Amino acid sequence: MLDITQTPRQGTARRDRRAGAALGEPAILRRAALAAWAKLDPRQLVRNPVIFVTEVVAMLVTLLAARAAWLGEAWGFQAGIAAWLWLTVLFATFAEAVAEGRGRAQADSLRRTRSEATAKLLLRGDDRTLWQPRNATELRPGDLVLVEAGDLIPSDGEVAQGIASVNEAAITGESAPVIRESGGDRSAVTGGTLVVSDWIVVRITAAPGATFLDRMIALVEGASRQKTPNEIALDILLAGMTIIFLIAVATLVGFASWNGEAPAIPVLAALLVTLIPTTIGGLLSAIGIAGMDRLVRFNVLATSGRAVEAAGDVDVLLLDKTGTITLGNRQAAAFLPAPGVAERELAEAAVLASLADETPEGRSILAFARDSYGITPRALPAGAKVVPFTAQTRLSGLDLPQGTQLCSFRKGAVDALLKGAGAEAPAGFRDAVDHIARSGGTPLAVAKDGRLLGAIELKDIVKTGMRARFDALRRMGIRTVMVTGDNRLTAAAIAAEAGVDDFIAEATPEDKLSYIRRAQAEGRLVAMAGDGTNDAPALAQADVGLAMQTGTQAAREAGNMVDLDSDPTKLIEVVEIGKQLLITRGALTTFSIANDVAKYFAILPAIFVASYPELQALNVMRLASPESAILSAVIFNALIIVALVPLALRGVRYAPIGAAALLRRNLLIYGVGGILAPFLGIKLIDLLLQLFGIA
Amino acid sequence: MTWNGWAQIALVLALAVAMAIPLGRYTAAVAHGRLGFLAPVETLIYRAAGIDPKRGMGWRSYTLAMLAANAAGFALLYALLRLQGGLPLNPQGFDGLSPWLAFNTTASFISNTNWQAYSGEAALSYLSQMAGLAVQNFLSAATGIALAFAVCRAFASGGVSQLGNFWADLVRICLYLLLPLSLVFGLAFVALGVPQTLSPYVEARTLEGATQLIPLGPAAFQIAIKHLGTNGGGFFGVNSLHPFEGPDAIATALQIIAQQVIPFSLAITFGHLVGDRRQGRALLAVMLGYVVVATGLIYAAEAGGNPLHLALGIDPTQGNMEGKDLRFGLPLVALFSATTTGASCGAVNAMFDSFTPLGGLIPLFLIQLGEVLPGGVGSGLYGMLVFALLAVFVAGLMVGRTPEYLGKKVQAREIKLAMLAVLVLPATILGFASLSVALPAAIASIPAQGPHGLTEMLYAFSSAAGNNGSAFGGLAADTPWLDTTLGIAMLLGRFAYVVPVMGIAGALALKPKLAASTGTFPTHGPLFAGLLAGVILILGGLQFMPALALGPLAEHFVLAAGRSF
Repeated sequence: MLDITQTPRQGTARRDRRAGAALGEPAILRRAALAAWAKLDPRQLVRNPVIFVTEVVAMLVTLLAARAAWLGEAWGFQAGIAAWLWLTVLFATFAEAVAEGRGRAQADSLRRTRSEATAKLLLRGDDRTLWQPRNATELRPGDLVLVEAGDLIPSDGEVAQGIASVNEAAITGESAPVIRESGGDRSAVTGGTLVVSDWIVVRITAAPGATFLDRMIALVEGASRQKTPNEIALDILLAGMTIIFLIAVATLVGFASWNGEAPAIPVLAALLVTLIPTTIGGLLSAIGIAGMDRLVRFNVLATSGRAVEAAGDVDVLLLDKTGTITLGNRQAAAFLPAPGVAERELAEAAVLASLADETPEGRSILAFARDSYGITPRALPAGAKVVPFTAQTRLSGLDLPQGTQLCSFRKGAVDALLKGAGAEAPAGFRDAVDHIARSGGTPLAVAKDGRLLGAIELKDIVKTGMRARFDALRRMGIRTVMVTGDNRLTAAAIAAEAGVDDFIAEATPEDKLSYIRRAQAEGRLVAMAGDGTNDAPALAQADVGLAMQTGTQAAREAGNMVDLDSDPTKLIEVVEIGKQLLITRGALTTFSIANDVAKYFAILPAIFVASYPELQALNVMRLASPESAILSAVIFNALIIVALVPLALRGVRYAPIGAAALLRRNLLIYGVGGILAPFLGIKLIDLLLQLFGIA
Repeated sequence: MTWNGWAQIALVLALAVAMAIPLGRYTAAVAHGRLGFLAPVETLIYRAAGIDPKRGMGWRSYTLAMLAANAAGFALLYALLRLQGGLPLNPQGFDGLSPWLAFNTTASFISNTNWQAYSGEAALSYLSQMAGLAVQNFLSAATGIALAFAVCRAFASGGVSQLGNFWADLVRICLYLLLPLSLVFGLAFVALGVPQTLSPYVEARTLEGATQLIPLGPAAFQIAIKHLGTNGGGFFGVNSLHPFEGPDAIATALQIIAQQVIPFSLAITFGHLVGDRRQGRALLAVMLGYVVVATGLIYAAEAGGNPLHLALGIDPTQGNMEGKDLRFGLPLVALFSATTTGASCGAVNAMFDSFTPLGGLIPLFLIQLGEVLPGGVGSGLYGMLVFALLAVFVAGLMVGRTPEYLGKKVQAREIKLAMLAVLVLPATILGFASLSVALPAAIASIPAQGPHGLTEMLYAFSSAAGNNGSAFGGLAADTPWLDTTLGIAMLLGRFAYVVPVMGIAGALALKPKLAASTGTFPTHGPLFAGLLAGVILILGGLQFMPALALGPLAEHFVLAAGRSF
């Protein structure tokens, strides 16, 4: 099985180094332990119905214990229950605090890089000699500022003039500078990044306090965190279950009165708190925060938790061919000589024709000739005249003096070369060219002195491992669609080689948009990655739009996620992180609900021991005494929250094995396991309580 | 337990399932309005009532139409029961019912509960039985099925707001489904010796010279719909145990089939309506699985006998035969008890009060699980779908997608409404029962001591809120307190449940139907069936465990220890 969860960790490691926010770091835990107390405020806790009910019950039992102590009655047992109920609440708030703490540590490191600089506000249009210092926080959208080497870019904007290399490590963690220039797809600059060389004039696009960095800080800090749709639904389910168990426990007072019995309030409180889903109730928000955090560590920023959830639901993935599926540059893969021409003759002519060609294709021809034919490229021969590529001739090469004659070596598009040579292509050559086109390659013809020597096959090289990843995606139920500007023939061949499910050939931005709309109309959720301004409509239309940090401002605004590493392949991992988030919620909910079975067996016989000692037959765990049984159940219920915090923060492992297999596995672990675990846990705690003679 | 006994159970269930499968397809055609062999009658009714069968209704108007129809039925039946003394077809000259009893009985028959706080042959005129109760037997059953149709339609297509026309559904269900089936089953019961007559009761002289009044009446056809519509209200007080209601084992087997066939078939109908028959079969498998397990548990508990009796040297091979009739035998009694409580029917052919504690616990628990196994006609299916939504929601997350059922995303609104519906049973049952074992006015109705008395009261409210209608027995139910509270419980169990369910249908209908992929949670096959069964047990049953521990469970362990009250 291919473990496609491996790749994210590389991204994780990078950000971890920067933010220093690993799970379990003592500083974070210390801070969380303090924050957990502040979160006990009922006004804040009321947002979490399960834990709120637990807190109210804990207060009640505390009061009863205090009253018993005041009246000189036995109060130890009541105080014990009260203490563990408070711990249940504290563990829940602690879980949330730990999750938030990890984000906060990152936010702090981001805040340090936030620009405090003064901007050079241009006073008269693009006259960059006339500027006035202005505080960065006072800049308005539309202002033009000059940023020179060594200056921090004061706020988000578009490059209006000039070109500069910019160090964006503050945002991306990547210290190699990137080029930013006016026009094109690399015009967006981010506040807080550093211009390393040259100068640019930036047109400010963000209002104060609403810059990318501000949004990023708010996101990782969880300040703008809203409950996601799925979280809200789950909250309702948990609140409903809490009400149901409240009814079950409250009516027990009436039922018990039939035997003239009145169960003690602390015991009923213990029953209630162990039955309501405190485990998932306590961990729910931590799971959500940790999910966002996982994405941030992976250097992807989502504008909302809703987008992360949507990522888990994606059915169709639109991936650009170039740079995502293939290495990006076409490379020479074969020399196919025309009839009557030796392979080596063709190779040598191709090398000469490409000697001055600085394009990646040209270089790949030299490399291929060297590797396959041992032809070592030499420096440009003396007297050689370079013929550069032009859009009119669509040919390039060089003229080389040989003796008295001037030999011409040309390579270029097949039809252009044939037209120039004025010759009919031999049948064998035609077949070779067709074969290249059908197999997804691009043919280049080579001629010497107008004589056709043969063709060079340029091929798109599919990145290694892509086929396996697409297979994994298919098992996840996700269709991959390759988007390319190539013609249908070429696109089909590359699609087959890479193993994608579908492709859009000769794609225009409108094609992408209409493909997305069509898929959505069929009830599918679509994710895509994009960077250019013309990607913006499609990014906005897609359910998950991953914009590249190097992309244009328009693309970044249109998407609902930004990849700081500008790696479109990451879309795949983003989907997995979304799925992992949902799985973790489902698994812990199932576990929490399944736990109830064992708790009944612990508490019910204990409550009614006075009127029906025969009910001890239900005490299958053979717990030592009624008090010990009740206390053990409450303690287990509290400790399980802490025990599951690491799982909630890390997330349940996701494997692309298909829904049915995944469900079977998780049901077995968290459903059946959830039924069995508390039997063992409660028994163990009961034994320990006996050992220390507590109850 | 004997192999012969299990063979009887298997045969009867197999017949029910075998009939349910074609019937399910037929019912789907009824839902589509594709049947026309009674078109003249249908058109006549539409014209007389001013119904346009093609006019679609949104969930609100559909629900309001249903509530209006039931409110009108309530008023009519209540008036009839109060005034029967002065109305025709009353050869025995019965007086009108008391306001309490009339309210209770009306609520009972409107809500498809058929809880009977009276004894039919000693309180009701033939007119009340035929024009009142028998009519409601049809209408309440048709209401349930119509609602189920509406819910099915919500799953069937995407982005629609209309769920069908309530009036057309009601007419078609009565004309094409309930009336023909009742005719067939009614004739079969007549052939098996069940009376169908309007003559007055027969006065007979016994061998010892005493006079005995033998009640008669138009029973056969009412019994047919009593089972087919999972109503359960007996023509005679002791229900199917009465020799005229359940003459022999064949008749009792036929009654079991009649109870099960429509609820089973509606699961199949669901599969047809949503265009994936496997979906319906998965629901049917869960229903059938529970019926088999429950029957086995009752059978085992009753065959094991009462330990106190066995200690006295009574033949242990007979099992616990108290309250059961030899002409049915233990296996068919066990099966009948499981199906009547699982199907929200409420007819009985034995007295639960006399069952062993565990034998009595199973019928009680089946009701508390929400009357979905297979549940009442229609109500069983939509109740089952609520559980399916919850199952998909909780466990569906574990495949890493926002949960969806049949291509419909399950989100906050659906969960809110589903939880509202699921809350109705525990709130009503536990709330009223708990009050009623604590209030002196209510306690007076309980003759039994110890945990058994608690079970009787718990059973009464479970039966009422679950719209089952069977009585555990022993309870003196015709008191102002119980008539009123049980009546309220029945109305809540029916209408407070179905309004949120219709809200879910309305919300789901509007959602687009998403295409399935290998990443979609599969809702057919054994894995989902097992999951659904587990969710029903945990979300539907766990909340009743504390009360059950003090009732039948306590009684069981106390009895095993040799203690009695």
